[in-house]
Amino acid sequence: MAIVFDGTRESYVEGLSEFLDSGQKDAPEWVTTLRREAISGFAKLGFPTLSDEEWRFTNLEALRRGSFSIAENGISGVSRKSVNSYGFPGLDCLRLVFVNGRFASSLSDTGDAGEGILVKSLSEAISEQGDLVKDHLARYADYEKDAFISLNTSYFEDGVFVYVPDGTVFEKPVHVLHVSTDEGRPLFINPRNLIIVGQSSAAKVIEHYVSASQSVYFSNVVTEVVCGENANLEHYRLEFESQKAFNFTTLRVNQQKNSNIASHSVLRGGAIVRNNVHPVLGGEGCNSDIYGLFMSEGRQHMDNFMRVEHASPHCDSRQFYNGVLDDRSKGVFHGRILVHEGAEKTDAKQTNRNLLLSDTAQIDTKPQLEIYNDDVKCTHGATIGQMDEEALFYLCSRGIPMRKAKIIMLRAFTNETLEHMSIDPVRETLERAVMKWFEQRLENGDGR
Amino acid sequence: MLEVKNLHVQVDDKEILKGMDITVAPGEVHSIMGPNGSGKSTLAQVLAGRETYEVTEGEITFQGKDILDLEPEERACEGIFLAFQYPVEIPGVANTYLLREALNAKREYRDEKPLKHVEFGKLAKEKMKALGIDEDLLKRSVNAGFSGGEKKRNEIFQMQILEPTLAVLDETDSGLDIDALKIVANGVNSMRDSGRSFIVITHYQRLLNYIVPDFVHVMVDGKIVRSGGKELAHELEEKGYAGF
Ligand SMILES: Nc1ncnc2c1ncn2[C@@H]1O[C@H](COP(=O)(O)OP(=O)(O)OP(=O)(O)O)[C@@H](O)[C@H]1O
Ligand SMILES: [Mg+2]
Repeated sequence: MAIVFDGTRESYVEGLSEFLDSGQKDAPEWVTTLRREAISGFAKLGFPTLSDEEWRFTNLEALRRGSFSIAENGISGVSRKSVNSYGFPGLDCLRLVFVNGRFASSLSDTGDAGEGILVKSLSEAISEQGDLVKDHLARYADYEKDAFISLNTSYFEDGVFVYVPDGTVFEKPVHVLHVSTDEGRPLFINPRNLIIVGQSSAAKVIEHYVSASQSVYFSNVVTEVVCGENANLEHYRLEFESQKAFNFTTLRVNQQKNSNIASHSVLRGGAIVRNNVHPVLGGEGCNSDIYGLFMSEGRQHMDNFMRVEHASPHCDSRQFYNGVLDDRSKGVFHGRILVHEGAEKTDAKQTNRNLLLSDTAQIDTKPQLEIYNDDVKCTHGATIGQMDEEALFYLCSRGIPMRKAKIIMLRAFTNETLEHMSIDPVRETLERAVMKWFEQRLENGDGR
Repeated sequence: MLEVKNLHVQVDDKEILKGMDITVAPGEVHSIMGPNGSGKSTLAQVLAGRETYEVTEGEITFQGKDILDLEPEERACEGIFLAFQYPVEIPGVANTYLLREALNAKREYRDEKPLKHVEFGKLAKEKMKALGIDEDLLKRSVNAGFSGGEKKRNEIFQMQILEPTLAVLDETDSGLDIDALKIVANGVNSMRDSGRSFIVITHYQRLLNYIVPDFVHVMVDGKIVRSGGKELAHELEEKGYAGF
């Protein structure tokens, strides 16, 4: 019997005991306790509504009305060939594949990561490195305050676990591929990822979400990252979910002294998407570079919610987010910068630029600076506009066809964020995906 | 080569060109002078095919062809080049990329093979040297952060690469110091030949000392009110446009 959630708060709360009985019998006590605590968080919170300040622009009515269930069919229906088609040509990497939130070891290549490095599924890590996982899991993403984090913490089945010990540069990127499939009814999928990068270490992790079908499902992702002292992490979140999916994600990064993160989000799929990026710069001299590119069409709704928390002095953060919106789609950029008391010499910068390809696309962009300190430098800027008509004319006047001119302009715009990706095969694959999308857009339009 | 007859153009229901005539034969250099707002740039942009300007009456033929229905890129490929009064800044698009795309679009239009990277590089370097353009200008984004003089020189550089049959230079001399002016003028003069024509729009007779025109036209309120030889430019410099 499938566990079905009918959309009400009660169904998600009451479903937990059945979930624990069916698949989680062998789970360690502490995990079960954690799940129970988390669901009581959700029982208090429920899904946010438009009257919640942080959800003003994103209506979750359709999610609340939807009925979803836990996947049952395992990994059948996903072949190695289809998994390969989601790869990045020319990239030498480790690959972990998850199907509807469950680890597919037969489709994964975990190979040899290197001395002391652990790359495995989180469920394996819970049984094999229980103490290590326990020290970090759910310590950063707050299930008492965020309904989606509560749900994920209650219902997660699996995800990636990456551990890089101190003083280790992990050269090979980890490609974490989450595939969703159609099981005939809308699924509720809760990928949970944990990445720990030790002192003076480095890692690159690519979270990649794709769908083998254009079905409706509710995917709810939480990734926690610990970036140790003087460590470096480059993180990618590539969201190519079904156009009908509900997709919610939180990237919660705990940064220690002198650590560096670069976060790249590319959003392309989903009916309603919410992408939370929440680094806490928790030691002196941290640096966070947050890049994002979202592309929407039809009636897609993409809500980008940044919460950059400066908790220590002498930290820098940069946010560069670009949106390309077509048809009747809607975008939200909510850029919150929170500077704690005592976080002197904070240098925080935020830029959000939006390109509207149609008259009916819409974007709400909202900076929000919350500063409890005098000695800071915070800047923000947002632009919204159509493609620069004068620039197009200039290009055409040199003999370049209009279609090509538009492609050139779009590439320049999207490269503002993509060019910061250090893994060339990933960047190139994304550039191609962006161009393919845009060419489809041009085909639908009048070409001029 | 170019024949403009009774051209009427409006923007937002406002008539700007009000019966403009000009005929340019192959190999000729025509200069158009006239007060601010008389419609010189409008003419230039209309020749290049800017859609914001609506042609309500009249005709434009280029090499015997009616070009009014041609898109800007088609006109460019037919051989028309406009050096903009205000060259547009395009961040994120490298100058060299624009030029190579432009040149290859033109070659494709003529059923020629695209130029190889090396060949293009050689060509670009040669022309740049002659114009005293720094090589890293090629790598920079089109006009982005260029000084006024660099932008104008870049226009001439593009013209040299694209080798048009008709080049319309809209105030390419404005804002140039005398050395830059000479470089730009040399760039134009080196391209003069019996098959190529120029329309040089300027406010200053000074430029015409270096690019000597065959004809000078005075444009006032949307039409040519007087035409003459190069001495007309001197007269205008002395007396201004008050008499028109
Ligand atoms: N896009 C536009 N919308 C509205 N009015 C315009 C537009 N372009 C030009 N005009 C008007 O048309 C008239 C002619 O402008 P144009 O730029 O052609 O003059 P010009 O002779 O080139 O002047 P200048 O010597 O200052 O460059 C001006 O009154 C100008 O304000
Ligand atoms: Mg002008």
